[in-house]
This record gives sequence, structure tokens and C-alpha cells, in this order.
Amino acid sequence: MTGHDVVFLLVGLFTAGAAVLTVTSRNLVHAALFLATTLAGIAGVFLVLHSDFLALVQLVVYVGAVAVLFLFGLMLTRAPIGREALDSQNKGLGLAVSSVLFVVIGGLIVMEFGGAERAAVASPGIADVGIALFAFWVLPFEVLSMLLLAALIGAILLARREDGESGEPGGEAPFVAIQLSDPPVDEPSDTELVIASKQEPETGGDR
Amino acid sequence: MSPLGPLLLATFLFCVGIYGIIARRNAVLVLISVELMLNAVNINLVAFQSLLFPEEAAASGLLFAVFIIGVAAAEVGVGLAIVFNMFRNRASVNVDDANLMRW
Repeated sequence: MTGHDVVFLLVGLFTAGAAVLTVTSRNLVHAALFLATTLAGIAGVFLVLHSDFLALVQLVVYVGAVAVLFLFGLMLTRAPIGREALDSQNKGLGLAVSSVLFVVIGGLIVMEFGGAERAAVASPGIADVGIALFAFWVLPFEVLSMLLLAALIGAILLARREDGESGEPGGEAPFVAIQLSDPPVDEPSDTELVIASKQEPETGGDR
Repeated sequence: MSPLGPLLLATFLFCVGIYGIIARRNAVLVLISVELMLNAVNINLVAFQSLLFPEEAAASGLLFAVFIIGVAAAEVGVGLAIVFNMFRNRASVNVDDANLMRW
């Protein structure tokens, strides 16, 4: 067991535990923070695999941006907190499906890679990654930038509050101008209510 | 280093994500589980790149993982916008309540 294996074992156990806590935590904000922990652990896995560029991308994009986005999403939707509200009735179904899938895929992986020889961890350096990105993968790179732009515009369009949506169903609420000389509105004001409540015990005492 | 460890970790994270998608009712938590599954696939790609094909000139595994991270970021943005819309229209983010298109 080399040092690589030991470090990978520690980081992998950390990541797996955080992932389990992510899907079982009863507190919404805790779930989002455990997701950030899991993503940071995956960045650690990338570091163990000598992909330092990808580890940094993971830290910046996921731990920095996506986790904060999820926290915003959870707080803006003000969902109820509590396990009854978070987990649905098909929890047993989920457990069965995921465990069966894990056994099947894990068995296939052990059958296929169980006898694989131990290879030295080697990954292209940052310069090679850059050259490969702009020599072989230019078109997907540009398409990805267009996709991000489209997602930006689409998210703004979807989440934008339209005119009159929060007010009257017929559109904007009617604008009412109140002058100083206007008579008071029909509703009883606070002072009248106070006077009325003060008068009541007196009339009761007369009887 | 044997490729067995990263592959099994990726499988575990993928299955945890599937459990979350099935068992959770909050739409934001379902999105979080989708993120877990996407990251599991990334671990697979990087493990194949680093342990099995380290001499590949195009660095395919690494750059596919980068592209997946970018697409996942776009997916989170649009998905959260859809969840906000659902919350505004139905005052709930419960995925069981989103049955407007049921026949």
C-alpha cells in the first residue's frame, strides 16, 4: 500500500461520508453545506490523481459558485424544515434501487478492473492541457461558451418577475393620489377604535 | 495505484445521488443529488485519464470533465430558475405537487 493509496482512502472515505450526509440530512442548509464538503472532497480526489488543474476548477466553480447558488435557492424558496417534509414515501424504493445498482456496477467493476496492474499516477501538465484544449477541443469549447450564454439569458427570462404578477390580477394596482384636503377614508382610523374601546366599559358599568 | 478505488468511489457517489433523487421531495435537494451524480462521472473520467491512458495527447478524460463541469453549471442555473418559477406559481417546491401536466 503506497502513500497514494492511503491518502486516497482517507479522502475517499471523507467524500463518501459527506455524500451520505448530503442526502440524509434533515436540515436543508446543512444538506447544501455537506454538498460543498463533498465537492471539496472530490477536488481532493482529483489532486490525488494528479489533475491539479481540474481540482482548482472544481474548487472555483463548484465550491465557490454552485454551492452558494444552492444556498440562495434554498433560502429563497423558504421550504419547510423537517424530515417528514423532506423525504417522500418511496424512501425504501430509493434505497433498494441504489443498493442494487451499486452491487451490480461494483461487481462489474471488480470483475473488469480487479486484476488490473497498479499503474503510476500520471497526468498531463497544465501546459499540455492548454495545448490540447485549444488544439483538439476548440469547437466544443466555443459551443460550451455559447451554451453558458444561453443558460444565462434563459435563467434571467425564467426567473424574472413579470409586470403585475405580484399585484392585482388585472395588471398594475391603480394609482391613488391623496391630497391633504381629502376627507378621511371610510375605514375607522386607529383613534376612533381606541375611543370606542374606552367607551365600552363605561356603558357596561352603568347597567 | 489501482483504478479500483476511484471507480468504486464514483459508483458509490452515483448511487447515493440516485437515492437522493428518489427519496427527496424538495426540488432543490433533487438538483443537489443530480450534482452528486455528475461529479461521480467526473471522477471516473479523471481516473481513466490518470491511471489507464496517461499518454493520450488530447487529454480527453480531463477535458471532458472540464466540459461536464461547465454544462453542470449551466444546468444548475436553469434548474434553479425553473424551481423559482414553480415556487412562485404553486407556493411549493415539493416535486410531488408538480403534477400540472398529469393526464
